[in-house]
Amino acid sequence: MPRSQKIALGVMAAFFLLAPLVVYPVFLMKAMCFALFACAFNLLIGFGGLLSFGHAMFLGTAGYGAAHAAKVWGFPPEFAILFGTAAAALLGLVTGLLAIRRQGIYFAMITLALAQMMYFFYLQAAFTHGEDGIQAVPRGMLFGFIDLANVWAMYSTVFAIFMAGFLLIYRVIHSPFGQVLKAIRENEQRAISLGYDVDRYKLLAYLLSATLAGVAGATKTLVFQLASLTDAHWSMSGEVVLMTLLGGLGTVFGPVAGALIIISLENYLAQLGAWVTIVQGVIFVICVLTFRRGVIGEIGNWLRKPL
Amino acid sequence: MPDDVILETKGLTKEFKGFVAVQNVSLSVRRGSIHALIGPNGAGKTTCFNLLSHFLEPTRGQILYNGREITGLSPAGIARMGLVRSFQISAVFPHLTVLDNVRIALQRKRGGSFDFWRAGGVLDELNAKARELIESVGLAELESAAAVELPYGRKRALEIATTLALDPEMMLLDEPTAGMAQQDVERISALIKKAAVSRTVLMVEHNLSVVEHLSDRITVLQRGEILAEGDYKTVSANPEVIQAYLGAGHG
Ligand SMILES: Nc1ncnc2c1ncn2[C@@H]1O[C@H](COP(=O)(O)OP(=O)(O)O)[C@@H](O)[C@H]1O
Ligand SMILES: [Mg+2]
Repeated sequence: MPRSQKIALGVMAAFFLLAPLVVYPVFLMKAMCFALFACAFNLLIGFGGLLSFGHAMFLGTAGYGAAHAAKVWGFPPEFAILFGTAAAALLGLVTGLLAIRRQGIYFAMITLALAQMMYFFYLQAAFTHGEDGIQAVPRGMLFGFIDLANVWAMYSTVFAIFMAGFLLIYRVIHSPFGQVLKAIRENEQRAISLGYDVDRYKLLAYLLSATLAGVAGATKTLVFQLASLTDAHWSMSGEVVLMTLLGGLGTVFGPVAGALIIISLENYLAQLGAWVTIVQGVIFVICVLTFRRGVIGEIGNWLRKPL
Repeated sequence: MPDDVILETKGLTKEFKGFVAVQNVSLSVRRGSIHALIGPNGAGKTTCFNLLSHFLEPTRGQILYNGREITGLSPAGIARMGLVRSFQISAVFPHLTVLDNVRIALQRKRGGSFDFWRAGGVLDELNAKARELIESVGLAELESAAAVELPYGRKRALEIATTLALDPEMMLLDEPTAGMAQQDVERISALIKKAAVSRTVLMVEHNLSVVEHLSDRITVLQRGEILAEGDYKTVSANPEVIQAYLGAGHG
């Protein structure tokens, strides 16, 4: 890891460790879940060059999976998260096989269509309780002895999951696999002519992205003790695009910053009601016009260091 | 098929919505030779390459490589069999460094490219070989430059180094010297000649002096069909070939 990224990693970890002293921990946990979600999304578009417009389906599916497992089947939290994640991974495999051969905008459209189908399924299915969602999901005892009802226990768990997910993504990006992924993003035809079956690499990237988005969704469900339609809605798929672009597409830390900015905006502008969306839109347009590399992308460019 | 033929096509045809770009081309490339495919612009040379590498599906016809029918294989599969193509527009990975460009090819031969859990450091074992290749095309001092920053001629050199990294049995080169300064043309020609010592090269080339100096055999294509075939002397004396070239105003 280059020094600039080591420092950024230290800053990020320190922030999430110290911030709960002054900011609501629930807000920070939400931010970490969305940050992981955005990082997972960024793995696909920023390094694989694939724009999915249906990533909410993985967040939502993992959320429902974890909530159902914890509440109805009485799974302990670690298995509830695993189950939700596995559900998202399976969905990733199926939708990936359907979508991955399409290019560019067609890929985006197919993922959107598949995500809409999942949304309507969750809207109709009995186990999701429609508009109400699955409420009062028990957080349970992690590994049988850590009571997650305690906010600090929950906070530490979310922090650990976020950091592990973040570092795993970092590893993927810099692995031999990540190297091929970058080559495909750079010049797909050339990658094929060198003998790479690019569809398989894309599928694995998509699967990893879906799985990690699932981890974020399942974790978020335990934090809020709720799985709802919001997470599976198309606007959530749009929001993660926004977070990633705002923070810096294809940067390592950008999606985290982007998620923090968007979540903060939503939080502090909440009193504006329906205007939040408009304010968000305006801020987004301004950002895209003034710093096109995203916040972290611009900083990295200015420092001439990878971030 | 005789043993010394590495690549053979039979009645290869490609139609685009009624327009015939390649028509009934039966080509036979001898193992270890440098074979040039020439012809005026729009003759169907690039389309031929796209068919041979299966980037395009032939409408009709067969392709045999080492006696084996490869007509239905995937483009990546054909590359893995040792038949590797380059592109008419230079094909590099623009935002990767020169070193990383070559390493991507070496990495494919090494295998283990689905290992998403492994640190990238495992690929450092490829550096020595990559540097050797980069050196051989005269890019040694540029190894950490992004490919996009190289001048055109250097990009083509990088592309050849990347192709050579796969140690292909046969290379398809599409206009390797197009748009190059004379000095680069000489460098690339020498490189192709060196590379061809242990492999077969089929190349599209407009520079007739390059064709004359390098190729053992020449096939002339016009409007998708083979017009003439033979060594440089035979082909260049053929009145139809002269006519085709003068007619198209091409040299
Ligand atoms: N994908 C395509 N769709 C339609 N026509 C094409 C396509 N590719 C090539 N052609 C046509 O086929 C002919 C041969 O093109 P090409 O093989 O590129 O020629 P060359 O490489 O010999 O200059 C040209 O007339 C070109 O316009
Ligand atoms: Mg051409």
